[in-house]
Order: sequence, then structure tokens, then C-alpha cells
Amino acid sequence: MSLLYLIVAIPAASAAVLLLGGRLADRWGHLLGAIAPIASFVVGLVAFVQLANGTDEALTQRLFSWIDVGSFHVDFALLFDPLSAVFVLLITGVGSLIHIYSIGYMDHDERRRRFFGYLNLFVAAMLTLVLADDYLAVFLGWEGVGLASYLLIGFWQHKVSAAVAAKKAFVVNRVGDVGMALAIMLMFTTFGSTSFEGVSAGMDQATSGTATALGLLLLLAACGKSAQVPLQSWLLDAMEGPTPVSALIHAATMVTAGVYLVTRSNFIYDQTEVAQTAVVIVGLVTLLWGAVIGCAKDDIKKVLAASTMSQIGYMMLAAGIGPAGYAFAIFHLLTHGFFKANMFLGAGSVMHGMNDEIDMRRYGALRGAMPVTFATFAVGYLAIIGFPGFSGFWSKDKIIEAAFGENLLIGVGALVGAGITAFYMTRLMLMTFISERRWTKEAHPHESSLVMTVPLIVLGALSLLGGVLLFNGWIVDWLEPVVGPEEHAELPIPATMITILVFLVVLVGAAVAFVLYGRDKVASNAPARVSPFTKAARADLYGDALNEVALMRPGQYLTSSLVYADNRGVDGAVNGLAAFVGGTSGSVRRWQSGFVRSYALSMLGGSALLLLAVVAVKLA
Amino acid sequence: MTGSETTVPWLTILAVLPLVGAAVVLLLPKGTAIAKQVTLGFSLVALAVSIAMAAKFDVEGGFQFVEQYNWIDSFGAHYAVGLDGLGLLLVLLTTILTPVVILASWYDSDGGRWSANTFFGWILVLEGLSIGVFAATDVFLFYVLFEATLIPIYFLIGGFGGPRRSYAAVKFLLYSLFGGLLMLASVVGLYVASAGNDGGPSYLLEDLMSTDIGTTTGRWLFLGFFIAFAVKAPMWPVHTWLPDAASEATPGTSVLLVSVLDKIGTFGMMRFCLNIFPEASRWATPVVITLAVISVIYGALLAIGQQDIRRLIAYTSVSHFGFIVLGIFAMTSQGQTGAAFYMFNHGLSTAALFLVTGFLVSRRGSKMIDDYGGVEKVAPVLAGTFLLAGLSSLSLPGLSPFVSEFLVLAGTFTVSIPAAVIATLGIVLAALYILYMYQRTMTGPLHPATELLPDLRAREVAALAPLLLLIVVLGLFPKPALDALNPTVDRLLQQVGVEDPQPTVASAETGS
Amino acid sequence: MSTTPFLVLSAMLFGVGAVGVLVRRNAIVVFMCVELMLNAANLAFVTFSRQHGNFDGQIAAFFVMVVAAAEVVVGLAIIMTIFRTRRSASVDDASLLKY
Repeated sequence: MSLLYLIVAIPAASAAVLLLGGRLADRWGHLLGAIAPIASFVVGLVAFVQLANGTDEALTQRLFSWIDVGSFHVDFALLFDPLSAVFVLLITGVGSLIHIYSIGYMDHDERRRRFFGYLNLFVAAMLTLVLADDYLAVFLGWEGVGLASYLLIGFWQHKVSAAVAAKKAFVVNRVGDVGMALAIMLMFTTFGSTSFEGVSAGMDQATSGTATALGLLLLLAACGKSAQVPLQSWLLDAMEGPTPVSALIHAATMVTAGVYLVTRSNFIYDQTEVAQTAVVIVGLVTLLWGAVIGCAKDDIKKVLAASTMSQIGYMMLAAGIGPAGYAFAIFHLLTHGFFKANMFLGAGSVMHGMNDEIDMRRYGALRGAMPVTFATFAVGYLAIIGFPGFSGFWSKDKIIEAAFGENLLIGVGALVGAGITAFYMTRLMLMTFISERRWTKEAHPHESSLVMTVPLIVLGALSLLGGVLLFNGWIVDWLEPVVGPEEHAELPIPATMITILVFLVVLVGAAVAFVLYGRDKVASNAPARVSPFTKAARADLYGDALNEVALMRPGQYLTSSLVYADNRGVDGAVNGLAAFVGGTSGSVRRWQSGFVRSYALSMLGGSALLLLAVVAVKLA
Repeated sequence: MTGSETTVPWLTILAVLPLVGAAVVLLLPKGTAIAKQVTLGFSLVALAVSIAMAAKFDVEGGFQFVEQYNWIDSFGAHYAVGLDGLGLLLVLLTTILTPVVILASWYDSDGGRWSANTFFGWILVLEGLSIGVFAATDVFLFYVLFEATLIPIYFLIGGFGGPRRSYAAVKFLLYSLFGGLLMLASVVGLYVASAGNDGGPSYLLEDLMSTDIGTTTGRWLFLGFFIAFAVKAPMWPVHTWLPDAASEATPGTSVLLVSVLDKIGTFGMMRFCLNIFPEASRWATPVVITLAVISVIYGALLAIGQQDIRRLIAYTSVSHFGFIVLGIFAMTSQGQTGAAFYMFNHGLSTAALFLVTGFLVSRRGSKMIDDYGGVEKVAPVLAGTFLLAGLSSLSLPGLSPFVSEFLVLAGTFTVSIPAAVIATLGIVLAALYILYMYQRTMTGPLHPATELLPDLRAREVAALAPLLLLIVVLGLFPKPALDALNPTVDRLLQQVGVEDPQPTVASAETGS
Repeated sequence: MSTTPFLVLSAMLFGVGAVGVLVRRNAIVVFMCVELMLNAANLAFVTFSRQHGNFDGQIAAFFVMVVAAAEVVVGLAIIMTIFRTRRSASVDDASLLKY
């Protein structure tokens, strides 16, 4: 389709207008900003229909040659295949809703135009990421979303915490990007090409060492972008950004880019057991890691962020399992995009009504004051814990099933994660909407305006009905051209048993939360005397502390000692040489005493020496 | 020389034009704006001429705009100039940056040791000489011009700028003279080597390329050239003049120094070291790559630890020059094309950084990072341009330095994985030094002293806009530059006698 | 005729002059001693001219005389000026031209 480029070009152009337009664009900037993703969505929908009805495996459009040096060719080319298609619809669809929501949410911010400019920039970069047909072009989008995320996390940059969080997110992401950059270089060295086509064509001839290296490097990149252990530390801090940003970037789209990358690179991972295992382990560790942190946080956005981390862990786990899991990873990614965006926007709505209060210990009993928010949030809640019928039930169930098919231990881990998820989400629901009111005096909770609640209702509906994607195995068939046919592993226990088991575990988790938070009064201030486990979870399981001890402190020490060494050592040697020459000439200068007779004496002595030398040479 | 002989000596005109301008500016009355306007006018005419030349340039045509006259027959020295893709790009860089610098430094010369006429006159002299350096195809002519550029920049640093400018100027001069002296010895050595040729001694590049210099002699002569260029570039460990010079000079001078003059070092490595001493270049590769990688990491680490904005940028340049040298000595087409393109991009991005921080410093009167905070709130345009310039310095994809940096890294990876891996870590450090500086100066609560900081004026925006525009456009569409460089690099690699390594797996895909 | 006695005399004159320059402080005396050394050199020139039978030495002697005369003119003028300004003709007092 020749208009494919419009999907990216519209938000990019809109971002340029909004960011360069200055104050002239202040009055209508948010409208343009909100229309752009909608227009992209429409184009994307047309392309989707065309792809679904056509016989081609993918729509492509070659725009122009980007880099062409020696044997290194990279084109700007768009690839709209089944995998890209679902991403395009997710990004522009959920993105449009969040843009509309932001019109209301950012209403009082004097820099709303710029906010929309950054959001459009993000959408354009994210679409580049998923539409590119070459790893280097993916990298362009990859760092582009990183930039947009940086700008948006630090949108309220007059707060030091926001500025620091933004920088942290970018730098941690850059660590992952090193993996991506190196992977691309390795692809070029090995295959002479960095396009999906070129790499996948050469992959079966590559050595297993190369495949493993590629897999691990791409995993590093995915860990950075998707906040997986060990590069998870930035996501919780990223909640400093405005809530729509958390919903769009740090829940629904950008953070899932790692899952996209692994799924997209299925032809690499299929060749390497080691890297696949590494993906599974990373996914499993993160899903438990995030879930544990989620249990101890009182900041509503941080609970959701920890939960995001955990849910992406599920997706990574599924993607790491291989052909049995790719489709379900993407399926969970989609449903998660719906229900998590829904809940983040719901949290934003709560904050909006509560004077930007984020501490759940100051909420309580908000269901009456905010009925729409409560209802939509409840749908999201039921979806994420996997209540039968809701979208999350279908997707998570499939992943746990696949995990059991891979390995009993992994399956149990995923099962436990589901229980913990139920616990902390129930805790969140109870503390926010149910229990007794613990509002501060200034708080006057009220329902948000229509421009904010309508997107909530739409997302709520999607969270409820997202499971239809699995109807008749549609999502699996749809993705088959990209990720290959689904494989069914031997299950140690029947699939129905697993489903029942999951449901029971979820019920237990929810029940425990109800016992702890639903019956007793919730303290308005976080209790100080808690178990070491709670302390650890509150401190993000010491991820930051570890980074500080292992990287930051030694780094600071290294740079300051290098600065000292450069000034004193390298530059000191240069200046020392200069000082030595200066000092020597200073003392030699003293011989010029000004006394004529001493000059005469030295002349005489010199002449005599000269004479002696001549005589000596003559005699010798 | 291959290529077409032109009847109009365009290159000479281009180089002499600024020199004439300098003479005119010195004769104009002092204390008025006329001198500045005339200077700007001359630099714009030079820019127009260079753009017209670029339009006429045939990328496959080898050296073009060639002129050649005998100069000193007994040495075999010629007045010989010509441009290939590399030379053209750097000449364009010079002619683009000069008007930008003039516009940006409109008031910077006030309060210097001499009048504004002197300041702008020296800038034009520097432009003319730099064009000559990039165009020279005779080693003797190159040497003379190479040393001659020291004169204007010495006076520019020593006469206008911060309190320690004299120290910085002398330090810079001594460093450069030290390198120049070694190069002089090698230039003399080349005379001896070429005197045995049939046609008598010759300093012409093409004659020297076909001269058989013995292995040992070649290596010694190579070292003389290389050390001079390494000082100029500057590489670790001969870099310490740069932070002092760049932080004491006016921002405009720093731009000319780092973006244009320092490029002579890396340009010289490609044009002369590799062409004349192919064997010695291959011999030195392991050591040079090691030094380059050290420069990359060392410069970045030091940049993180700086408290002075200008010194910070100077150290980032040490890191960037490490990348350029790495690309050159990777001896692959990606590495060298990347390095050559990197020279151009680094010129743009560092110029933007120096100028925008110069605007910032001129408003507040302090170069220390701790004296700023929250500037974004009062001066959003300044902060925005600062961020964009910074992002280009950290090689964000979509901006032109990324293309060159990635080419350098990819080219290096194919020959030395350890070097590429270590150098790639530099991109994390780059993110740290830029964003850490941005965070401390532009964000957070407003520093009391920056409350009334005015935003950028129209003149300042006009100076920055062309640079930032080029950075964005070339980031997405670098084809014109890469196309001009590819044939140059191919010939160079042929001369050095290396070929790109083949992919280890023969891909089924045939091109794209 | 042997030239040795002339050369010995020349050497003695030169020695006397040299010692005089080194030990005396009065500028006039130092000046005289310099003249003495010049004339010792002249004597040696003329002697060698005689010994070798050509005029080279004598021509050189003439040059020395011319230089000596010129030197007297400038030198005495300088000494006079110094004496006028500082009321002293000691060479050790005029030691300002140093480091």
C-alpha cells in the first residue's frame, strides 16, 4: 500500500508542528495532537483490512535508501505484516484514546501543547519501531521512543525527582541499547545484512555461538526497554511523568517493545536453546520480582508500574518458550495494553479528583464519588487477575499453560505469580475504592469530565472483551506467517486442571488481601514496623541500592580520580616539563651577572679550552 | 591527477576570498558595525561559492577543481590543490561554520585585547587558510598552511576570551609546534625519499603515493606525521591543551578550533598517513586502535566529572575524536566513510553545543554547571536547542552523528570485536555526560541567579538553526554525503591494500 | 732572522693586556689593556706575514687598527657618558645589563 508511510508521517508531522509552532499553536495544539493518532489509526485500519483480505503475507513500502556504504545497505522501508499490524492498531488505537483523555487531564497545564508534541513524537517513533523491516531502523524507533519517554517522564522537570528519573530511564535504556547496537553489528559481520529478511535467510547457516550471542544481546536490549531484571530499576521512577504517559508509554506500548523484539527475532531464538532459556528465566524472575514489589507499595501508580513489570515478565516468559508461546505473548501484550492502560487512566482520574494525591492510604471508599472510574477500574482489575471471561483470563491462562508445558518449575512460578497478582490488585482495589475514607481535608473527590471518562469506558469494554481475539484461535492463525505454527507441548497435567488451579490460586490471593485490607481498618500512614520482606519490597528489592553500590559509587570514584589524574598526571607531566625547562633556563640565566670582567674571564677560559681542544686534536 | 581541469581557478578564489576580506576588514574604521557586516558578507560569498562548487562536483570524478603550478623546483614543491569527496565535505564544513560563528560571536570580541576588526579579520584569515589546508595536494604546501593556521588561532585565543587565555594560547601553540616540528622532520625525510625518483624530488601527493619508501624509513616518517596529527586531533594522551583552549577562548573561537582546525588532524591521517605510508599504517593499526579506544572511554569519563560546561564539551570531543580515529584505522569502508562523515557531523554538533552554551554563559557570566538550574523554565528555546545539540552529541538515531558513529562501530566490529565492544560502551557514557549536564543546568528548581535569564534572541536562533537543521536532515537522509565519500574511501583502501572482510555467512539475499 | 722573539713578545703583551682586563676596575685602564691585546695580535699578524712572505697578515693588521680606532671612538664616548652620570669609571659599577 503506497500510503503506508502516512501511518508514521502523520504523527511525526504533527509533532514537528507542535514543537516548532511556538505559542501560536497553543490554542489548537491539543486538538491537532489528538487528531494525529486517530488519523494514523484509520490508515492502519485500512491497511489491516487490506492485509486480512489480501493474499500477500505483508504490505511493504520502500521509501528511500538510508545508509549505503560498501556492503552495508539500510533502507527506510516499512513492513506491515500480521505482527506489525496488531502493534500498529494497539499503538494508534490505545494511543488515540489516551490522547483524548489527555486533553482533559492536562487541561490546566500551561505547556499542554508541548505535551502533545512529545506524545505525537512518541507515537511516530513507536510506529517506526514496529513498522521497520531492518534492525537498524528498529533501532531508530527504539531510541526515538527512549527519547520521547525521557522527555515525558521529565515533563514536569522543575521537580528534581522528575528530571533525575528521566535521566535514569534514558541511561538505563542506553545500557540495553548497547546490546541492540552490538547485535546489529554482529548481524552485519555475520550476514552482511541487518534486515529481517537477510538475517532470517542466513540464520540457519550461522553457528550456534553466533545465534546465542545474538539472542543474548537482543535480550539485553529487551531488558532495558521492557524493564526486566536486571535493568528494571527505571520503571518505578518513571511514574514521575504525567499519568497518561504512564498509561501509554510505561504500560501499553513502549515497555512491551522488548517482547516485540524477541517475537520479531523468533528466527534467531529458534536456533538457540541457551538464549531462549535466558529469556524464560528473565521473564520468570521479573514476573515474581515485580509482583513482590507491587505488594508493598502505597503509591497507586507504583503498584501499577510494578504490576506492569510483572505482566511483561509473563510476556517475556511466553516469548522465551518459543513457537508454543509467541502468539500468547503477543495476545497477553494486547490484552494487557487494554486493561493496564485502562487502570492507569483510572488511577489518573482518581488522582485528578483527589488533588494529585497518589498515596492509597489517603484514598478509600471512592466508589461512590467516582462511579464511572470505579466501574471501569473494576473491569481492568478483574481482567488482570484473570477472572474467567475477562480478557486477561484467556491470555494469562494460555501463558501459564505454556509454562507448564515447558517445565514444571516454570509453570509453578507463573502460577505463584498469578496468586500474588491477585493479592496486590485486590489490595489496591480495596484501599482505593472500598474500605473507609481516609481523605485529607483538602480532598473533594469528584468524577472526571466526559473527555476523560469516555476513553475509560472504551478501554474498559476492551478489557472485558479482549478475549475474543482468541476466538477460534484467531490470534494464533493470524501471527502464524511471522512466528511459525504453534507447537503444543506435552502437559504434565490436563489443561483444564491448570485453568482450575489458576483460578483457585487467584481466589486465594484475593482472599488473603481481603482478610488483611478489607476487614480491618487501613492505617493512614504506612506502618513503620514491618517484616524485612516488606522493607525489601518497599525498597524495590534493593535494585537501586545494588546499582548504587555496584555501579554508581565506583563510577563516581573512577571519574573523580580520573579527573584528578588528568589534571595532575597527564596535564601535570606537560606542565611539569614546561616548569622544568623554565626553571633550568632561570638558573642558567644567573650567569649573566652584568660584570664585564667576569664575561672577559669566561671568554678567556672558553678560548683557552678551544685552543686546548684544537691542540689535543692535532696531537692525537 | 585524475579529474577535469577547470579553467577558472575556483579553489584558489575560494581560499583567497576570505583573505581579501580580512584585509578589507582591517582597513575599515573601528568601533562600528560595518566591519562585522562586511565580514559576514565575505563569509557568505565564500559559502555561496563552495555550495556552487559542491553542486558541480562529480562524486565519481576523483580529484576535481585541480590547479597545479611549480613553486620551489629544487624541493619539488608545488602549488597544487584539488578536492575529492573528503576535502569537499570539510571545505563545506569550514564555509558553513564561518558565517555561523561570525553571527554567533557578534558581540563576543568586545572587551578583547584588540578591536573587533582584528577579531573578525583573524576569523577570515583562518577560514582562508583552512580551506587551503583541506585542498592542498602537495605535502609541502600542506605543511606550510598547516603551520600557518596556528597564527590566526593563536591570536584569537590569546586576544579574546577568559582570564587564563594567555596560558591557554601558549600551551596550544607549544603543543602544536611540537607536533609540527616532528612533521617537519618527516617532510624533510620525504624529500630525501623522493629525491631518488626519476623525475627528481616531488612533494605531490600522487608522486609520493607511487614512491617506494623503505619499510623502516616509512615507519619513522609515518610516526612524524601521525604524532603531529594526533596532537592536533587531539588523542589521548596529548589532549590536555584542548580543555584549556576551548574553555578560555570565546565560543566562536572554540568552534573554529574544535570543529574545523582539529579536523585537520584526522583529515591528515586519512589524506597523508594512509596514502603515503600504507605499509606503516597497517603496521601501526593495533596501537592506534588501542589509543583510539582509550580516547573514547577516557574522554567520556572525564567529561562526566567536569564542573565547567566548556571543559566538559572539550572532553566530549576527545571521546568523539577517538571514534573518528578508530574508524580510520579500522581500515574498512564502513569505518572510514563513517569516520569521514563523523568529522563533518562532529563539526556541526559540537559547534551547536559550544555556541548554545556560549549564549548561556554570556547571559549568566559563569561557566560552572552548579551556577545554573531550571533554565528550561525561563528560556525554553535555549533549553530546547541545547537538548537537541546534546542529543546529537550523544548520537541519538535520527540525527546525523548516529549514522557516522554506527558506521564507525560496525566497521570496527568486522575487524576487531573487542575494540568495537569497548567503544560501544561509550554510548552509555555519552548519555550520562550530556543528560547529567542538562539535568543540572536546565531542570530542577530555578537557580536564584537565573531567574531573569532572557531566552535566545533572533540573531542567536539564526546562527543555530542551520546547524540543527543539517543535523536532522543528514540524520535521516545522509545519502549525499555518503555518496561523495564512498569513492574517496574506496580509492584509499585500495592504496592501503586492504579489503572489507566478507560476511561469515553467505546470505541468500542479493542486495536490497 | 728568527721570528720567535717577536712572537714571545706578542704573547707577553697579550698576557699583560688580558690580566689587566681581568684585574683592573677602572674603565680607562681596562680599555687600554684591550688596546694592548689588539696590538699584541697585530704584532703576531705582522710577524707571521714576515715569516710566510705574503701580505695577508699585514692586511689583517690594518683591519685591526681600523676596528681599534673605531672602537676607541665609541668606547671612550660610552665611558665618558657613564662617568658623567654616575661619577665613577669602575666597570663593576656598570652592571645593570644582566638577567
